[in-house]
Amino acid sequence: MAYAADAHGHDDHKPSFVNRWLFSTNHKDIGTLYIIFSLFAALVGVGLSFLMRLELQSPGLQIFADGQMWNAYVSAHGLIMVFFVIMPALIGGFGNWFVPIMIGAPDMAFPRLNNISFWLLVPAFLLLGGSLFVGGGAGAGWTIYPPLSDDTYQSGPAMDMALFALHLAGASSILGAANFITTIFNMRAPGMTLHKMPLFVWSMLVTAFLLLLAVPVLGGAITMLITDRNFGTAFFDPAGGGDPVLFQHLFWFFGHPEVYIMILPAFGIVSHVISTFSKKPVFGYLGMAYAMVAIGVVGFVVWAHHMYTSGIDVDTRAYFMAATMVIAVPTGIKIFSWIATMWGGSIKMDTPMLFSVGFIFLFTVGGVTGVVLANAGITQILHNTYYVVAHFHYVLSLGAVFGIYAGIYYWIGKMSGRQYPERLGKIHFWLTFVGVNLTFFPMHFLGNQGMPRRYPDYPDAMTGWNMVASVGSYIAIASFLFFFYVMWVTLRRGEQAAPNYWGEGATTLEWQVSSPPPFHTFDELPRIR
Amino acid sequence: MMAAVLLAGAGNAFAQTAPATEPMVGAPVPWGMGLQASGGPIKDAIGDFNALVFNIIVVITIFVALLLAWCIWRYNAKRNPVPSQTSHNTFLEIAWTVIPVLILVVIAVPSFRLIYYQDRARDADFTINVTGHQWYWNYRMPDHGNFAFDSRPVFDEDLTPGQFRNLEVDEPLLIPVGATVRVLTSGADVIHSFFIPSLGVQRYNIPGRTLETWMRADRPGTFYGQCNQICGTNHWFMPIVIRAVPQEEFNAWVESARTRFAHTIPGNNAPALAGPAADPIRIAAAQQ
Repeated sequence: MAYAADAHGHDDHKPSFVNRWLFSTNHKDIGTLYIIFSLFAALVGVGLSFLMRLELQSPGLQIFADGQMWNAYVSAHGLIMVFFVIMPALIGGFGNWFVPIMIGAPDMAFPRLNNISFWLLVPAFLLLGGSLFVGGGAGAGWTIYPPLSDDTYQSGPAMDMALFALHLAGASSILGAANFITTIFNMRAPGMTLHKMPLFVWSMLVTAFLLLLAVPVLGGAITMLITDRNFGTAFFDPAGGGDPVLFQHLFWFFGHPEVYIMILPAFGIVSHVISTFSKKPVFGYLGMAYAMVAIGVVGFVVWAHHMYTSGIDVDTRAYFMAATMVIAVPTGIKIFSWIATMWGGSIKMDTPMLFSVGFIFLFTVGGVTGVVLANAGITQILHNTYYVVAHFHYVLSLGAVFGIYAGIYYWIGKMSGRQYPERLGKIHFWLTFVGVNLTFFPMHFLGNQGMPRRYPDYPDAMTGWNMVASVGSYIAIASFLFFFYVMWVTLRRGEQAAPNYWGEGATTLEWQVSSPPPFHTFDELPRIR
Repeated sequence: MMAAVLLAGAGNAFAQTAPATEPMVGAPVPWGMGLQASGGPIKDAIGDFNALVFNIIVVITIFVALLLAWCIWRYNAKRNPVPSQTSHNTFLEIAWTVIPVLILVVIAVPSFRLIYYQDRARDADFTINVTGHQWYWNYRMPDHGNFAFDSRPVFDEDLTPGQFRNLEVDEPLLIPVGATVRVLTSGADVIHSFFIPSLGVQRYNIPGRTLETWMRADRPGTFYGQCNQICGTNHWFMPIVIRAVPQEEFNAWVESARTRFAHTIPGNNAPALAGPAADPIRIAAAQQ
């Protein structure tokens, strides 16, 4: 594969700054924009969580004026982390950067659509951030259940701003998803059959389908909510013949696939990292790919496990319970296949691998607590408690975010042309690992003890573990700031990265091109053996 | 690994039981790790089932942690410089599909039994209507003369020594020890959630809907709960207190409450009835 060498250095066209970064149609530049955006949004989202942990460090109301302000911050934290941190980093960022390269495509199928997908996110983020400063903020939780999200209980424009922000972010996701599906189905290089596609591309394909099918349902739900609020309809208002539970069904029909949207790309990244650093091909490739497909399909038929206490019939609960537990099977296949990939390998524990192994373990913890919560019988007293908060932070804050970190350390040399300093990366990993576990593990205990979520103050008996969690979160936040320092050092003083700086374990197409890849990645079609 | 050890530690904390003679307190305890102490059969059943699932997940977590640790140690690049290229093993792949399925079946069977047990009481002794308001609870006793009363939180400055901050109310709900109570929940404004961990009961209070569940306290005691669905600015300050008392004390409470809350009885011109026993038709109807 000698095409990379001559792609380097010749008439690589250099657009002006405005053309390159504002009107960008280049998948790599848009990917970079997404990652920068995500890191910026993460600063805001983490800042909100810092305020929350400060408040919860000791009983009583200290820094929040009242519950509404608290609710608004909690809601903004959730929505920002989901829509403006994890999704842009994993899908917009790594997806845009590496899906076209990995399948040997010159770019995404619809470059201009790609550009608008990114730029829709910016006003969406500004609207959501702005809603915190308008009136009392949008304080109905990230699940925005009516009637609390109705104009009677969240009057003023803050909630409308948040809903419109979701609409824009949703449109961005749908356009992006259409783009990924088209790209992956139509633009693979000759020889790159579906069953030869790297697992990261598989994960993006499944994610894109989930987005395409789930997000419009959210769009419908929040459109009805907006008309309930502003135009006198009563879709969710029992006084007008509507039903608040209908909203819950619509929301979670989107919301449950959404959690797989956030984790599947991380699965893809982790598969690559584990294989690279074990110097072994991925174990059970087809099983890994179709496990993701299975997770995606079953993910659509389990939504009401978020509604066990909403009064759905006991037979319905039994069905959703069974369906939910089924998801543990493909997830288990993935966990064990990753371990089998490591088995017999020649493992180097560099930073990306540390984050990936950390991912496997922490995702297992989050996964098994998910099995606990799948049981409606137990969830009768764990629903909406900190046990749930611990569970979803283990799979997202420690799962998806570890996937993002693994991806950044794995590919930063490829994306920037400069390699990160290994020592600093390892320090960052251990700081993060200790911090997040100290933050979220005690939350299991708080949940078992019955601490409800979205509480700015709690009974005095819960002080101890809350204090531990807060101390943990300060470590985690410090590690996040340290990460910015590592990135700064990397970009300023990092070593020049070779095309394939990981060596023989790294086999996908991005390692065949220079670091960073030329503006137009492939001058001629790569050949896939 | 660390998490697995902590998980195992949490197992020990499950065994919080109150002495049988004293009234128990169903509330969180400092540094508590496991579920709250149990005050009734539903919570007992949840506790037993939770212990089963807990043991299974601890074993799985430790198993995965050990496998990872072994791989990192044994297949380190220094110790194992030449990687194998194995990428298939049909037997293994079938095993790690089938064994989780079997484990899930072991979990699912008692799990189904539990949810059908929790769902509703077939022969309840009486019914209580619970309505969530911003930000207090309203209880109606349709089988005890149909009086209703509000249960509002006690502010910090009004607490007496020994009371729990954020958990006390001015008018606790009383139930007789051993009585099977049908609970019908509804919401007056937004969605709330009626949640008492130590009795193992939780249902949303949804405006325009009535949901049914049940509870029973098998030992005398005070059982604390809190609203568990975000409901506005005081979501964190609408506690629930249920006191399980001997039947005579309950009867006396009903008697006095019916006078104190006489104004809440619909069509109040009717004279107050003499207790649940004198109202057999209503109870029978409720048992259908």
